[in-house]
Amino acid sequence: MTDTNPAEIPTRFGHDEGREADRGSERRGRGRKGEQLQVPEAEFRSYYGRPIIKAPVWKNPDVPLYLFLGGLAATSAGLGALGGATDRPTLRRTGRLAAAGGAVGGTVFLVHDLHRPSRFLHMLRVFKPTSPLSVGTWILSPFATFAAATAAAEVVEPSLRRRGAHGLARVVRRAGNASGAASAVIGPALGTYTAVLFSNTAVPTWHEAHRHLPIVFAGSAAAAGGGMGLVGSSVRDNVPAARLAVAGAAVELAAGEVMERQLGLLGDVYRKGRAHTLMRASKACLAAGAVGTLLGRRRRWSAALSGLALMAGSALTRFGVFDAGIASANDPAHIVVPQRERLEQRRSTMDQDVAPPDRTFA
Amino acid sequence: MTNVFDRAGGKVWDAFSGTTPSLSGPLPDPSTDAGWSGDHPKRVGFFTDTSVCIGCKACEVACKEWNLVPDDGTDASDLYRLTGMSYDNTGDLGASSWRHVAFIEDVRPHGTATPAHGGQQTGFLPAGLPAVHGGGNGHTPRDAATAPPDGGTVDLLALLPDSGAHGQQTPDDERDVRWLMSSDVCKHCTHAGCLDVCPTGALFRTEFGTVVVQDDICNGCGYCVPSCPYGVIDVRESDGGAHKCTLCYDRLGEGLEPACAKACPTNSIQFGDLDELQAAADARLAELHGRGVQEARLYGRDPDDGVGGDGAFFLLLDEPEVYGLPPDPIVTTRDLPEMWRNAALTAVGLGAAVVAAFWKGGRR
Ligand code: SF4
Ligand code: SF4
Repeated sequence: MTDTNPAEIPTRFGHDEGREADRGSERRGRGRKGEQLQVPEAEFRSYYGRPIIKAPVWKNPDVPLYLFLGGLAATSAGLGALGGATDRPTLRRTGRLAAAGGAVGGTVFLVHDLHRPSRFLHMLRVFKPTSPLSVGTWILSPFATFAAATAAAEVVEPSLRRRGAHGLARVVRRAGNASGAASAVIGPALGTYTAVLFSNTAVPTWHEAHRHLPIVFAGSAAAAGGGMGLVGSSVRDNVPAARLAVAGAAVELAAGEVMERQLGLLGDVYRKGRAHTLMRASKACLAAGAVGTLLGRRRRWSAALSGLALMAGSALTRFGVFDAGIASANDPAHIVVPQRERLEQRRSTMDQDVAPPDRTFA
Repeated sequence: MTNVFDRAGGKVWDAFSGTTPSLSGPLPDPSTDAGWSGDHPKRVGFFTDTSVCIGCKACEVACKEWNLVPDDGTDASDLYRLTGMSYDNTGDLGASSWRHVAFIEDVRPHGTATPAHGGQQTGFLPAGLPAVHGGGNGHTPRDAATAPPDGGTVDLLALLPDSGAHGQQTPDDERDVRWLMSSDVCKHCTHAGCLDVCPTGALFRTEFGTVVVQDDICNGCGYCVPSCPYGVIDVRESDGGAHKCTLCYDRLGEGLEPACAKACPTNSIQFGDLDELQAAADARLAELHGRGVQEARLYGRDPDDGVGGDGAFFLLLDEPEVYGLPPDPIVTTRDLPEMWRNAALTAVGLGAAVVAAFWKGGRR
C-alpha cells in the first residue's frame, strides 16, 4: 500500500540517510544544530527541507535503457538503410538487426515501466501533441513495426535464395528495403523526442536544459548506433559507422559539457553523487571509444572494442541524466532558489516600468 | 469524451503555429477551452484561508472517508507515523493524501518582530521575524521550521524554556511562537501540467473546470507525477494508478460541496464559484492588511501567473516555500512548442549526419 514515489516515504520517517546526502541538503548546512545561522550557503527556506515536486516514478533501469535502446535503434536504422544502398552488406545487416532489436527491446522496457503494463494500448487511444510520451508512442510504434519487418526480410531473404525461391526473395528484399527506408526516416525523431520527454517536466535540471538535451541525446544516439555498426560490420564496410560514431561522441561530449555549465546552480547534481560518477564514466568511455575508432578502425578487434566503448558511453549518459533529474526533483533548493530569483527579477523590472512616468512628473 | 481530446489536440496545433497562446497565460474558461459546450456550469474551486486554520485535520479525515482513499502506506514499525515535523504526520500530498495540513512553528525571541514581509531574509527563518539569538536559557536557538538536526526528529522540548512547563506556549516571556497551519490540496490549475502530459487521456478537464483522473483509463505511466509543478499527483503502488484530489467530482454532480470544505469547522476551506471566491479572497486580504497583518498574501489567485491561476488558491501568512509550495510555479508545457522545435531541428541534423557519414564513402 505504499505510494510509489521514492522521494516521499524515506524522508517522511527519516530513515534514509543516503538519500539525504543525495539531495545535497547537507551542503547547504540545513538543520545542523547551531550551524545554519552562521553558514547560510544558498539561502532559501522550505518546509522542513522536504522536496517540493515529486521525483519521477519511472523505473530504473527501464527508462534509461529505453532511451539508450531507442537512440541505438534510431541511428542504426539509417546505417542499415544507407549501408544497403551503398553496397555495404555487413553494415546493412548490423544496422537492420540493431534497429529491430533496439526498438523491440525499448518497447519492452517502456511497457514494463508502466505501473499497469496491461494497459499499454491505452496510449494509442489518443494522440496528444502536448504529451511527449503520446507523441513518442506514435513514433515508436511505426518505427518498431518497420524495423522489425526490415530485420525479418534481412533474415528470411538468404534462406529463400538458398531454397531457390529467387522470385520471392526479390520481393522480400524490395519490401525490406522499403520498410528499412521508412524506419530510417522515422529514426531521427525517435532519437531526439526523448529529450522533450524529459524536459517537459517540472524537474528543474531537465526542464532548464531543454535547449541542450536534444543535442546531447542526438549525439548519444549517433555514438550508440555508430558504435554498434563498428561492432558488427567488417572493416571494409565500417567507415560510415566510424564517422557517425566519432561525430556523435564529440557532439555528446561537447553538448554535455555546455549543458552542465549553463545550468548553473541546477547543474550541481552533475557534480556530485551518482550522476557525477555516471557522467564521468560516460565521458571516459566516449573519449576512449572515439580515439580508439580513429586509431583502430582498420583492425576488426579494435574497431569492435571502440564500438563497445562508445555504446557504453552512450548508455551511461542516459543513466547519468536520469539520476541527475531524480536528484534535482528531490532538492527543494532547485525549486525555491531559481523561482525566487525569477520573482525578484520580475519585481525589479516591474519597478522600472513604473518608475519613469513618476519621474517625468517630478 | 474522445471528442474533448480531439479538440484539445487541435488547440495545441494552433498553439504550435503560434496563433493561440493556449498553453499558458490567463484563460477565463478552461472548460470551454477543453471542448465543453458553452452551457457547462461555472468554474468552481477552493479558497483556503490559512489565517483561520486551526490544524484540526478534519479535512484530511473527511477526504479519506468520502473518497475511500486508502492508508498512505508505511511500514508497520512506524506505528504512530511521527515525522518530527510538528503535528504534521502526513508529510506531503500524494496518491493517498489528497489534503495535507502543514504545520510550521515559527519560534522567535520576544519583541524582535520585524514589521513586514518581502524584506531581507535571514538564513532559513520564516519571515516576519528576524533571526533568533539566544533565548537566555542556554539552548542554541533554532527555528522549528528548519530540518531536524541529524535527520532525526525535532526536539520540541529544546525549543521551550527550562522553566518546566511543556506544550504550546504562545507566547511566553522570552519568545513568541507563531503557528502557521495550512491545508494543501491539488490546485486544479488553469494550465495543468499533469493533464497536458498525460498520454492516455486519463486526466481530463471537467465541466466544472477541475482536473480529474479517470482511473479506468490511467495506465500508470507516471508522466503526470514529475510534471506537476506543485508535487501533488502521485502513483499509488498498490494499484499502479495515479491519484489526486478530484475536488469531489461525484459530489459536485449532486450539487454538494466537497467533503473537506463541508468538514472544515473554521471555514478555512471555502468552496464555491471561482469568481466569487476570488472576490471574497480579495476582500479578506484587504481586511487583514487593514488590521496590520501585512504578511498576508494570496497565492495562486493571479490569472497571470505561470499556470494561469489556480482553481484552488490560498491566503498565506508567509512566503509560499515555508509551506512547501513553489514560489513561482510555471506549467512545463509553456515551453513545449520551443522544445518540439528544438527536437525537430536536432532530428533533421541527426538525419543529415547519418547521410553525411556515407559521403564519398572511402573504402579501405
Ligand atoms: S498540475 Fe498538479 S496542482 Fe495542477 S491540477 Fe495537476 S496535479 Fe493539480
Ligand atoms: S500515470 Fe495515468 S494519469 Fe498520469 S500521465 Fe500516465 S496515464 Fe495519465
